[in-house]
Amino acid sequence: MTAKGRLKLRTGPPPVVLGRVLVLLAHPALHRSRVNRRLADAIRDLPDVTVHDLYDAYPDLDIDIAHEKALLLAHPIIVWQHPFYWYSTPPILKAWQDLVLEFGWAYGPGGDAVRGKTLMSAITTGGREEAYHAEGFNRYTVRQLLAPVDQTAHLCGMTMLPPFVTHGSNNLTNEQVEAYAAAYRRIITALRDGLVDPEVVAPMPRINLDLDRACGEVPDADR
Amino acid sequence: MPTDSLFFQAFVYLASALIVVPVAARLGLGSVLGYLVAGVVIGPSLLGLVGSEGQDVLHFAEFGVVMMLFLVGLELDPTRLWRMRGPIFGLGGLQVVVTAAFGAAGGLAFGLPWQQAVAAGLILAMSSTAIGIQTLTERGLLKTEAGRTSFAVLLFQDIAVIPILAVFPLLSTLSVEHHGEGHGGTLVGNLPAPVQGAVILGVITAIVFAGRYLAGPVLRLVANTGLREMFTAASLLLVITVTLLMTAVGLSPALGAFVAGVVLANSEYRHELESDIEPFKGLLLGLFFMAVGASIDLGLIATRPGLIVLLLTGVLALKGGVLYGLARVFGSQGDEATHFATALGQVGEFAFVLLSFATASGILPDEVARILVAVTALSMAASPLVVVAGDRIARRLASVARSERPFDTIDEENKVIVAGFGRFGQIATRFLRSHGIGVTVLDVDGDQVEALRKFGQKAFYGDASRLDLLRSAGAEHADVLVVAIDDHAKALQIVHTARKHFPDLAILARARGRTEAYEMWDSDVEGVYRETFDTSLRVGVDVLRMLGFHAHRVHRAAGLFRKADEAAVREMAAVRKDEGQLMKTARERIAEVERTLQADREQPRATDDHGWDSAPLPNRPDAK
Repeated sequence: MTAKGRLKLRTGPPPVVLGRVLVLLAHPALHRSRVNRRLADAIRDLPDVTVHDLYDAYPDLDIDIAHEKALLLAHPIIVWQHPFYWYSTPPILKAWQDLVLEFGWAYGPGGDAVRGKTLMSAITTGGREEAYHAEGFNRYTVRQLLAPVDQTAHLCGMTMLPPFVTHGSNNLTNEQVEAYAAAYRRIITALRDGLVDPEVVAPMPRINLDLDRACGEVPDADR
Repeated sequence: MPTDSLFFQAFVYLASALIVVPVAARLGLGSVLGYLVAGVVIGPSLLGLVGSEGQDVLHFAEFGVVMMLFLVGLELDPTRLWRMRGPIFGLGGLQVVVTAAFGAAGGLAFGLPWQQAVAAGLILAMSSTAIGIQTLTERGLLKTEAGRTSFAVLLFQDIAVIPILAVFPLLSTLSVEHHGEGHGGTLVGNLPAPVQGAVILGVITAIVFAGRYLAGPVLRLVANTGLREMFTAASLLLVITVTLLMTAVGLSPALGAFVAGVVLANSEYRHELESDIEPFKGLLLGLFFMAVGASIDLGLIATRPGLIVLLLTGVLALKGGVLYGLARVFGSQGDEATHFATALGQVGEFAFVLLSFATASGILPDEVARILVAVTALSMAASPLVVVAGDRIARRLASVARSERPFDTIDEENKVIVAGFGRFGQIATRFLRSHGIGVTVLDVDGDQVEALRKFGQKAFYGDASRLDLLRSAGAEHADVLVVAIDDHAKALQIVHTARKHFPDLAILARARGRTEAYEMWDSDVEGVYRETFDTSLRVGVDVLRMLGFHAHRVHRAAGLFRKADEAAVREMAAVRKDEGQLMKTARERIAEVERTLQADREQPRATDDHGWDSAPLPNRPDAK
């Protein structure tokens, strides 16, 4: 008998496991993605980190709400990783918000299920950093454009961190992509280990602007 | 009095048919033999319930054959007929010529003068359209290769009757007292040949033209009256008109009816015509066979049993042999050629027509003609038995042919193996290959494999239920086996073999319905696909959409339904051995699906705030 084992057909999401960081990955064509796929691959093997590919779990966008709630409850730190399509999330992640963050569960009377959790966006943008500026092509900063997410987190009692942003994703060299992947792995690890101080990173336009400080690796004297 | 006798005759025919035919059908001999036997029983030789009028009945009942050919024509539009021109003239022509030649040689051997021998040969070359098509239809073979070639040959024989009748007078050697009987006495019989030809051509053109441009509007007019029986009357009138016209110019009415049928094959009233003519055809054909049975002269057979039996077996062997040989020459497989040869091996109803014409015009002496009539009738009676025997032989030949042809050597090794390259396997394979996934396809139908190769779809001829074939297809190293064949028993066999010998191979299996799906799930497979489930659900979705339901809502409901139903099938597969438990589970699951969809429909708005229906699937432990 060979050791390879029989292929399984999975329908629906993989089972819920307890962990520290839940990464909700939303890319409708991951096979054609260069950056998001690499970023996700860079953290898949981290212990206590659950990479949850929404489009793979729900190819027909038919989200299993009970399952998603259980996943949320099993992780204190939530990351939404996705391309910044039209200054927003891809549709499946928007559907996820609409369906899972229910009235009376995530907000409203008795809705305290995710209160106290930490939320971070990890987005990729085609435009370069300079474009996200009052005088730039996109007229707003990334953090301004992320206001809806920020408010969602606020309403649900979650702490919103500055985003992890990969700018100019179309024009990155492979080396640059690798550098972003390494940075992503570093920040996710730090988040998992509780090394990221929300108050320290709060003013940052993006969390990967100063990783040493974000990850709590700068000596106290320099702070 | 005449009314009495008509009703009495009808009573005799119908009653005897009702007694004998179901018995024959139950014994697997087909209805034709039943009618023939019923005819013999009521005929002059035995009970004598019907007497000399049997011949008139025979002539009247021949109309059933005309109707049958009209119906056959309705199924064949002109383009399909045109595609059959090769077999019609090639195979059909050779069959008549070769059979007639052998028959004539036989006649000479019996000491007949050559003219009589040739006439007898031509007569014996005719097969029975009524029996041939009836038996092929009953066995579901009409649409097969054997059915199509049979039909082509029968059609040629219908056409060949015309030149044969034209040639017959030249063979006349005996003096006759009265001329002008039979087919000589047509309206055009006395005209010079070129004019005759022109008239015949004109009549056929008229039939085609009228069928094309006149029949449609007339039938529409009749249909618009809303009187059902008027349409039936019009249908019958149509066939009778054609019959009269063709008889008037000395052509086979069956041929004319066939042409009319072909012309009307594309008509909007095709199905109405079919359903109107069909019952008449069935009854008249039954009557025809009974009349043939009644005409069998048991007395004559009793006086010369040796000769009759010798002739009968000789004729059946000769006709069958020629048909089989020609079919093989024309590229048929052994089993198909056997079906073809046994279906057409008898001497047909045209022989009666030709024999009466031949005696009337002094070609054959009475003595010879009477013996040939008996042989013809007996060959028709023997036909159903020959067909049953042919079935046996064909089945053996088919299995021999299959084992004769070596399975293909499989020279590739892929991640995926697909067993069965029919409608199911083809779609799956095309989709996989469109993603650059190599697929090794096996199919037990060698012709199918050849045909698909021509379309650039590669498959191997081989039986996936055999372990050695699976092994050489690379099952040892493949990841997935798709069992896509429709024969459930065979599919289960493949699944069991593969599961037993290749534990690492994931198996996805096609199943016909729930019952088959249960058995598949029992066999530890990764997926079971009921072949019509998704399509049926899609129809349901489309109906709801047509009724005004919102498309996305229906899409989601279909998803809920599918998941719940598939989960229920898996659960029931596990409990189905316990009848009570099965029923209970089935009831619960059905109620559950309905409750879920109901909740989705009625969605209370007061307590939850999502702007979207979000009724989750009921949670239940997975069956596996």
